[in-house]
Amino acid sequence: METYFDPADLAAFGDIGKDAPELAKKFFDYYAEVFKEGELTEREKALIALAVAHAVQCPYCIDAYTRASLEKGSNLGEMTEAVHVAAAIRGGASLVHGVQMRKIAEKLSM
Amino acid sequence: MSGIREMSTGIGTGVREASGVEPFADALARHGLSLGRDRVHTLQVNTGYLCDLRCRHCHLEAGPDRGEVMSRETMEAVVSFARRFPFQVIDITGGAPELIPDLPFLIEGISSLAPRLMLRTNLSAMSGTGRESLLSLCVAHRIVLVASFPSTNPSQADAQRGAGVTETAIVVLKRLNAAGYGVEGTGLELDLVVNPVGAFLPVSQETAERKFRADLLRKWGIAFNRLHTFANVPLGRFRGWLLQTGNYERYMKTLVMGFNPAAVERLMCRTLLSVSWDGFLYDCDFNLAVGRPLGDRKVHVSEVHELPPPGAPIAVGEYCYACTAGSGFT
Repeated sequence: METYFDPADLAAFGDIGKDAPELAKKFFDYYAEVFKEGELTEREKALIALAVAHAVQCPYCIDAYTRASLEKGSNLGEMTEAVHVAAAIRGGASLVHGVQMRKIAEKLSM
Repeated sequence: MSGIREMSTGIGTGVREASGVEPFADALARHGLSLGRDRVHTLQVNTGYLCDLRCRHCHLEAGPDRGEVMSRETMEAVVSFARRFPFQVIDITGGAPELIPDLPFLIEGISSLAPRLMLRTNLSAMSGTGRESLLSLCVAHRIVLVASFPSTNPSQADAQRGAGVTETAIVVLKRLNAAGYGVEGTGLELDLVVNPVGAFLPVSQETAERKFRADLLRKWGIAFNRLHTFANVPLGRFRGWLLQTGNYERYMKTLVMGFNPAAVERLMCRTLLSVSWDGFLYDCDFNLAVGRPLGDRKVHVSEVHELPPPGAPIAVGEYCYACTAGSGFT
């Protein structure tokens, strides 16, 4: 194995069903249902997935949902803003823990 | 079809990996289909490859340096042809037809010969000097304007069409709205054509129309009537770009995977004839791009005495997959 992430591995995602086919089927059925148009459009769901893909830093998901977002009709401006939303939440999640830091520091400090 | 689930199970399906793409004729046969002509009702007139833009997806490789333009003599032959046969739609395209000096002559000649006359515009060519009179002519003849507008994101649209083109297109769209085009109640129809700005398929027409309508109104106060989405055809400059960027194989697989047998019956080539800038007939603009004439024999419009009958075969190539992917190219 030369790298941990190989783009070709994405096409083998279905192999996860080997040795546990029922669980995989339940997951993929659920997955397919989640991304169907409901209260949110397929385009909006793909944009959310793109943002989450960046938050969880999944290269497969970034590949898949960059393509999906383009094919569902999002433009680069919207996709870039979605990534900024992910960045803001990730950054904010770190920063808001500063409140804990300050509370603890205040308790320990004179 | 997109997302991790589809990508994991779909890629490669129906594609002959070693020799590339399954021949389109074989794909038709595998589905028990054949591609034959229906009754012809549309005449597409390609006025030539001269264009002010050099779009990266152009299957005809049109551009400012192309000298192939329709002469007045050929226009006269086209008008005579359109007079001899009853077309429901005449569709003028290019290149950029606005740059052809005798375009008004062609419009005047054919406007009364079909109920619906369409003029394709890249919008940019409609912005040049002296275009006011052309716009007045379009209004007077109730010509349907079909405008290319690939993305509401200027950086992506400009990447396909050239720097600053979107800004110009928006100015022209506003001018068209001011003239009544795209405005409810005027009877002046303004349609948009959206091609993907890269190696991916277009979104469904309904979804794109809903989004573009909202975005164009919100961002620039622009209205239009209808929107058509077309997949980019892997010919000409677009094919070159696909190959150059390593996208060709995957794009073709995407088209092949998206093959929709139900789209075959509705393909525009079944009911359309395309006439080239020099007056010869083709099944469609894409067969024109690759130089495959109607019936595999170059016939000039001045020599045509009957239209191809229903059932007559249509020449196909692997680029036909672009017209059958998803909902198809109609």
